[in-house]
Amino acid sequence: MNRFEYVQAPSVKEAIDMMNSTVPEALIKKATSPAYVVKAGGTDLLDLIKEGLVEPARLIDLSKIPGLDKLTYDNKAGLQFGPLVTIAGLENSEEVKKNYRALHESAAHAATPQLRNMATMGGNLMQRPRCWYFRSSEHKCRKKGGFTCYAQIGQNQYHGIFNTNVCPCVHPSSLATALLAFDGQVELTGPQGRRIVPLSEFFLSSEENVTQETVAESKEIITNIILPPVDASTRSAFVKMGQRESYDWSIADVAVVLKMDGKRCRDARIVFGAASSVPLRREDAEALLKGKPVTEKLAMEAATKAVEGATPLKHNGYKVKLFENLTKRVIMQAVAVG
Amino acid sequence: MKNPSEEQRSMQEEKGVSRRAFLRGAGLTTAGTVALSTGLLSFKLESPVKPPAVLGPGEVAVRFVLNGQEREIWVEPRTTLAQALREHLSLTGTKVVCDRGSCSACTVWLDGKPVNSCMALAVDVAGREITTVEGLSQSGTLHPVQEAFIEHDATMCGFCTPGMVMSCAALLNRNPNPSLEDVKSATSGNLCRCGTYPKVFEATLAAAKKMKK
Repeated sequence: MNRFEYVQAPSVKEAIDMMNSTVPEALIKKATSPAYVVKAGGTDLLDLIKEGLVEPARLIDLSKIPGLDKLTYDNKAGLQFGPLVTIAGLENSEEVKKNYRALHESAAHAATPQLRNMATMGGNLMQRPRCWYFRSSEHKCRKKGGFTCYAQIGQNQYHGIFNTNVCPCVHPSSLATALLAFDGQVELTGPQGRRIVPLSEFFLSSEENVTQETVAESKEIITNIILPPVDASTRSAFVKMGQRESYDWSIADVAVVLKMDGKRCRDARIVFGAASSVPLRREDAEALLKGKPVTEKLAMEAATKAVEGATPLKHNGYKVKLFENLTKRVIMQAVAVG
Repeated sequence: MKNPSEEQRSMQEEKGVSRRAFLRGAGLTTAGTVALSTGLLSFKLESPVKPPAVLGPGEVAVRFVLNGQEREIWVEPRTTLAQALREHLSLTGTKVVCDRGSCSACTVWLDGKPVNSCMALAVDVAGREITTVEGLSQSGTLHPVQEAFIEHDATMCGFCTPGMVMSCAALLNRNPNPSLEDVKSATSGNLCRCGTYPKVFEATLAAAKKMKK
C-alpha cells in the first residue's frame, strides 16, 4: 500500500470538512491531486489501495463517529440504520429477521463471517464493482477513465446481461438488491446539509456515469439508510447464486417483496442483482403478478417476463436462464414462507 | 493468583490510570493514544477549535490490548493489523495467505469477534482488544479446540489451522451447543485447500462436548 496519513473523524461534520473526494473520484484523478477519502470498515478501500487502484494521501476514518451504528424499527417509521451498522449487525437483528426476511437472507449470504463482522452497510453500498479488468491496475478500462472495455471483448462469464453497451460491470452489493426491493432510501450528508435519495436514484448506471456507481458527491457521506415499514401482508424472499457457497460475490441474486391479500398479490417488487451496473427492478414482471393469485404457473410467467430484453455477452448466456429460474423460485418462496 | 493482565490492570488502577479510562480515550481517537504516550492527557475531541490530529504517514504509536496485555507499537498508518502482529510483535501464529480477506487464514478476534487482520489497519484497533491464536492457550494449557484439533487430526498442511481454530473457538464462546450446521457456517470463511473440513467439524463438536463437562 502507498503511504498515507490517517485521521479519526470525531463527527460527521468534521469528516465532511476534511474529505475532498469520493473513492471513484480519487481513482480517476489519482495522479493529479492528493485525495482525502473516507473509510468505514475499510474492506473494499484497502483492497483498492493494495491493488494500486487508488493512492489516497489521507484516510478519514468514520468508524468511531458516535451514533452512526444504530439500528431501529417501528411500525410507523420503518427500519432505519446508520452506515456503521455491520453486515453481521443487520444479519443478527431480530427486527430484520422478523420483518425484512429478504434483507436478512442477503446479509446472511454476503461474503464471509469475518468480513460481515468488519464490513459496514455504508461501505457495502459504496463499494466498487468486482470486474476483473476493473480490479487490475494493468487495464485502463472505461471505468478507470480509459477508452476500452476489456470485458466486452474478453472474459465476461460473470458480467451483466442487461444494459451492457458501455460497461458490463455488475453492481457488487447483493444487499442492495434486497434494499431496493423494500424501496429503501439513503440519507446523504454534505456541506449543504442532508438529502434523502431513493435507492432507485442513488445508483448510477454505467450509461449515466461509467466512472462512479452512485450519486454521492465529493464531500458527501451516507448517514442513514431507511426502509418503509412492513405490514401483515408483506412477504419477501431472496436467493443468491455464486460460484462458491461462501465468500463469493453473486453470479445472480433476486429479491422479491410481495403484498398479499390472502392468495392474491396486491403489489410486487422484483429486483435482480449482478444483472446490470445497478440493482435492476423488473417492473413488467411485477405487473404480471399484481391483482392475481400467485400460482406456480404465474410465477413462471413472471420469471420469463423478468428476463425479457436481456442482452447477454459471449460467455454469460447461462445467466438468463439462471435469473429466470431463480425468479420463479424466489416468488414461490416468498408466498410459502409468509 | 492473578493472571498477568489482571495484575497489570490493578497496577494501573493504583496509578490512577484505569484501563477503562484509557480505552475510552483511545477508543475515540488514535490521536488520544499518541497524546497519552507523550503525556498530553488533556487532549479533548469536543474542543471546537482544535482540529482532529492527522497522524502519519510516518510511524505513530498505537496502544491496544493484545491477548490480555496492553501493548504499544509504532507503525505507519498503512500497516495492516496482520503485518503489525507478525512483523512488529513477532506473533507469527496469525498467517497471511491471500492478504485480501478471501481466505481468513489471518483470522483474529477484535473485541471477541472473528475478523480478517489483513483487511484492518493497525491504527484502527487502537484501544480495542485483539486475541490471536497465541492468546488462546492459558499458561501453557491449550484451548479445548486446539486439543481437539490434535486428537481428531484436524490439520493437514496446517496453514489454515490458526485461522480455523480462531473461528471455531469464537463459535463455542457464543454458542456452547453448536450443531454441525453451526460449525459449517462458522468456518465458511476459512479456506482449506487440503480439504480437512470434516475433521475440523468433528474436532469442534468434540471440543464443545468436552467444554460442557
